[in-house]
Amino acid sequence: MVTSSNLVFLIALPLFSAGLLLLLGRIADKWGHIFATLISASVFVIGLIEFFAMQGRDGEARAATQKIFEWISVGSFHVDASLLLDQLSICFVLLISGVGTLIHIYSIAYMSHDHDRRRFFAYLNLFIAAMLLLVLGDSYLNLYVGWEGVGLASYLLIGFWNQKPAYATAAKKAFVANRVGDVGLSLAIMIAFTQFGTVTFAGVKESASGASAGALTAIGAMLLLAAAGKSAQFPLQSWLGDAMAGPTPVSALIHAATMVTAGVYLITRSNFIFDASPTAQLMVVCVGAITLLFGALIGTAKDDIKKALAASTMSQIGYMILATGLGPVGYAFAIMHLLTHGFFKAGMFLGAGSVMHGMNDEVNMRRYGAIGKVMPITAATFGLGYLAILGVPPFAGFYSKDKIIETAFNAGGTEGILLGGATLLGAAITAFYMTRVIVLTFTGTKRWDENAHPHESPFLMWAPMAVLAVGSVASGFLLSSGSALVNWLQPVVNEHHEHHAEEFLPPMVVSAMALAVVALGVAFAVLKYRTVPIVAPENVSAFTKAARKDLYQDSFNEAVFMRPGQKLTSGLVRTDNKVIDGLVRMVGWVIQTCASSLRIIQNGYVRSYALIMVFGVLALVTAVWMVTL
Amino acid sequence: MDISNYIYLSALLFTIGAIGVVVRRNAIVVFMCVELMLNAANLAFVTFSRVHGNLDGQVASFFTMVVAACEVVVGLAIIVTIYRSRRSASVDDASLLKR
Repeated sequence: MVTSSNLVFLIALPLFSAGLLLLLGRIADKWGHIFATLISASVFVIGLIEFFAMQGRDGEARAATQKIFEWISVGSFHVDASLLLDQLSICFVLLISGVGTLIHIYSIAYMSHDHDRRRFFAYLNLFIAAMLLLVLGDSYLNLYVGWEGVGLASYLLIGFWNQKPAYATAAKKAFVANRVGDVGLSLAIMIAFTQFGTVTFAGVKESASGASAGALTAIGAMLLLAAAGKSAQFPLQSWLGDAMAGPTPVSALIHAATMVTAGVYLITRSNFIFDASPTAQLMVVCVGAITLLFGALIGTAKDDIKKALAASTMSQIGYMILATGLGPVGYAFAIMHLLTHGFFKAGMFLGAGSVMHGMNDEVNMRRYGAIGKVMPITAATFGLGYLAILGVPPFAGFYSKDKIIETAFNAGGTEGILLGGATLLGAAITAFYMTRVIVLTFTGTKRWDENAHPHESPFLMWAPMAVLAVGSVASGFLLSSGSALVNWLQPVVNEHHEHHAEEFLPPMVVSAMALAVVALGVAFAVLKYRTVPIVAPENVSAFTKAARKDLYQDSFNEAVFMRPGQKLTSGLVRTDNKVIDGLVRMVGWVIQTCASSLRIIQNGYVRSYALIMVFGVLALVTAVWMVTL
Repeated sequence: MDISNYIYLSALLFTIGAIGVVVRRNAIVVFMCVELMLNAANLAFVTFSRVHGNLDGQVASFFTMVVAACEVVVGLAIIVTIYRSRRSASVDDASLLKR
């Protein structure tokens, strides 16, 4: 463990840039995008410098820390705003700043016609700063600040075109769904604090071994809820599809490559809690398995290219979450899939953006077709990403996804067979819907609108796609050759190579099975989409109808949470109006009624006053007489 | 002569005065009835002074007379003013305070 004084710049630079661009306003319109891109690139360079510095140190001493300032100091409770760069964080730092920089470059061209390009870049830099704080914080509290920061950046960017009410609603939906998860994170932090008296990763790790199983399971469940919110996992998955309202570079960076993988980071970072609580791990694998199938099924019916990719993202993160739930063996594979997914999914999203850019922002794949001929570079980069997500050797997904399938089978017993089966089924459906995207978009016959004149995107757009495509091809091999990533992460996740003894199926068999189901999925999609009607057919199976409606996730949320919630609030309003206000009004009414009945005697006639006085005196005299009698 | 007869007379005069105040509309008559009630009280004071054999009651009746004289000055002035402005001395017409 060494101290480094560079870490703070990783966060301070993009934060400064975001503040500067937002405060300067229109003055910075001319150079804001260039400035933001340079800042992002310099963050990547700092990350690389730190990475090479880590390479020069030995295993346990690789982590670097930096204390920025003392944040909270109350009695015996101290929290420092300090950063921790270890083997796990550096993977994220390089992914975030690397992919982030590519997407900055892409956005220069993609957003060139937008009036508010500078604001867009300011938000992108804000996101980079928040995301880096999330992965660099050395305690759950620091992580929480970054966690909320990326939520804010995501909200701002989804609703970037907030002049369209539907987009603004999508931003709100994402924010609200994320808040549900955030409650989980804050509860986890509170439980950890009451149980262990500390919130730093190191402190919690130290205390976790002696903690009660119930506390660990509670923390694990709450962390899983947080991860589900941020990573669009079941049951908080509904926001991701609508989040595609944001500009496509945002979908690529935030809602495919980085922010949505924060849940995987959170679980991997908290490995000491999950490893100690089998119940929490079981919950994690269940959520992962459900989501990977859920997302894949939704992906099969979406005609909006971005929503199809979003469903795919949900499903792929399901794979990662499932892997993190498989214990020490799974973390490295989850992170590996996260990194390769970061490359190929960001690449495919940028490809989708490129197609949309050439097609007047048309997102309906039924209006595409035969785009491969006019946009060869986009088609090629997208195709490489496609091969990577399918897990065709030797592309990136083969190394990461097959490992997850293999590990799932090796979980042992019925659980292993169920999980392995789910991952295999997911792989088959993935092959089907991704082939569907390819077939509908790039091959077949033209189904364009008359006004569409698709053309290849400018260099600034295809260059980042090309770099990501190289990553989609090579990253899997590079990360897994000689178990590079597994060994690299070993000090963080405590992985020991003991699992090789109990293999359920040999790796070759698993790979062969995976390839076989993938081939089936591809063949089915190719056969099914030989002809594509421009208008989506109505008389489809109940299953397709359900998938088109996102498996009724919104209807479910509306029926179970929204409407009862509305009923509750309107009931409370009625109680307030009728009961509380009624009581207050009744007091007034009683006084008013009494007063108006007394007012009758104030009639203005002197003689009646005199009469009342006479009666009064008589009553007084009578009373005195009665008392003295 | 039985001294209680003076008390009966005083009570009778007071009752006549009170009834007059309540039933008559003419402000002058009402005013006179008030005077009658005051005098009934004076008679009671003097009677009890005699009963107790000291002068306290007679002193009190002098005070009452002085106050009554003052009251006549103010009261008659008010009644005359009301009569001038409204051409009527009816107390029922002077009910503006109600509103």
